[in-house]
Amino acid sequence: MNLQFVADGLLAGSMIGLGAIGVTLTYSILRFSNFAHGDFMAWGAYATLAVVGAIGAMFGKIAPIAPLSFGWPLIVALIIGMAATGLLALALDMVLFARLRAKGQAIIVVMASFGASMALRSLLEFIFTSRPTYFSRAIQIAMPIGFGIRITPDQIALLLLTAVLVLGVHLLMTRTQTGRSMQALSQNAALARIVGIDVAKVVRVTWIIGGGLACVAGVMIGMLIQIRPFMGFEMLLPMFAAAILGGIGSVPGAVLGGLIIGLAEAGAVQLIGAEWRAAISFIILMAVLFVRPIGLFGVGER
Amino acid sequence: MSQTVLDVRGLEAGYEPGVPIVRGASITVDQGEIVVVLGPNGAGKSSLIKAIAGLVPITGGTVLLDGKDITAAPAHTMVRLGLAFVPQTENIFPLMSVEDNLKVACGILRPREIPARIEEMYAAFPDLARQRRTAAGNLSGGQRQMLAVARALIVHPTVLVLDEPSAGLSPKFVAMVFEMLAGIRKSGVTILLVEQNAKAALAIGDRAYVLVEGKDRHQGIASELWNDPVVAELYLGQRRPDLGKGGAA
Repeated sequence: MNLQFVADGLLAGSMIGLGAIGVTLTYSILRFSNFAHGDFMAWGAYATLAVVGAIGAMFGKIAPIAPLSFGWPLIVALIIGMAATGLLALALDMVLFARLRAKGQAIIVVMASFGASMALRSLLEFIFTSRPTYFSRAIQIAMPIGFGIRITPDQIALLLLTAVLVLGVHLLMTRTQTGRSMQALSQNAALARIVGIDVAKVVRVTWIIGGGLACVAGVMIGMLIQIRPFMGFEMLLPMFAAAILGGIGSVPGAVLGGLIIGLAEAGAVQLIGAEWRAAISFIILMAVLFVRPIGLFGVGER
Repeated sequence: MSQTVLDVRGLEAGYEPGVPIVRGASITVDQGEIVVVLGPNGAGKSSLIKAIAGLVPITGGTVLLDGKDITAAPAHTMVRLGLAFVPQTENIFPLMSVEDNLKVACGILRPREIPARIEEMYAAFPDLARQRRTAAGNLSGGQRQMLAVARALIVHPTVLVLDEPSAGLSPKFVAMVFEMLAGIRKSGVTILLVEQNAKAALAIGDRAYVLVEGKDRHQGIASELWNDPVVAELYLGQRRPDLGKGGAA
């Protein structure tokens, strides 16, 4: 068996995991499954692409940072794109989810997120057409790193970025007052208010983090595969599978779930054929939930 | 005459419009006092203090804290205003460590003073100090109540409001909780509490109110109220021999 699937799986798993963090936070803090989360990825990728284009128009052609395929414009654009995607999530919450949440029925919010997902996706098709596009058409040579694995410099950079972001979010959740407030809110919303936590503020932070990470995942997909309006929607099932596999509410769980699903899918392509790719992650999900219904890092209801 | 800290006048409150549970209740709590609110089941005791804490919609009346109008202020602003509330149940974050339960309540303190303040709480509650890394959900019933009280005290509240702190505890822990409250009063914190366990509450309280059908019907010195014939009729009634044995009805 060729070990290349390890590199491929880790990359796919990073994309899934970054998205799953947003899914798991929204689910545990706002108590609904946000089906529009995948479309935040696509919006993030297009927003970043648009900023890269704008920087190109303003400053002309800028040489990439060797050996990567991209230069500082993409890095700047990614940061702006993360902020923009966070704001998009925030705006969507203000005009849609918050109002419905106030009425207190979770299923209505879930349905609304379906609608929002379609609307966001159609809007992208309207603005950018459904033709795939790319950050760069340059072809990178994958370097052998031993054990028969080859990886491009871009891929290494993205894996490192994922690791930094995941560590950052984990530290934020466990070491800061904001993170503790998020944990508190997910465990007992009424008590969170009693101890002085401004719930509206924590909800805003949650959307901004979820949106920002979705943007990074979208840009990763854009760099390694391609940018299409449907790119995020297609990630929805693996993201939810990862969030559930890791245990709802757990940031490390979501990432580990993402990596397991990414690796399993990549391994399945080699072992039993590409057509089983999607099925294998759900078989793993079901097997894990059969043994441990609350997910790997999940904690049972009190 | 000491200074009035909490002044509740003609409070009306309820979860649904037109269905008040609290119907014109008036109580005052003076600086350094322990005031107990007693009353039969369904009298609106819990709703009264939840309304004071901003958790039940208020439809009439006023709540003054240190002379400031805090009527219907949002619940999350109450700690900043000086009122700390300890709910009857689910009053800790079960999946967070003891220490994080304390830290998460420190939002209104300056970051620099938080570690010292937490150590002060550990000094006051040594049981918690020994379990600072334990998930709060794994504490015993009495320790949970301790953590909930420590969590409320950590922000230097003017008044500590507790909803049936002895509910669901075994007799040993009930005694411990009331002992703890008496100790907290000695440190200068004003306390308002609702209790089913009338005898134990009156033993540590200064004054008490009897709430009936959402309204304060009677008040008096705590130590005298137990033998007050009006109270016996209003509240204690036929069930008097059963009360005071540590059980909530």
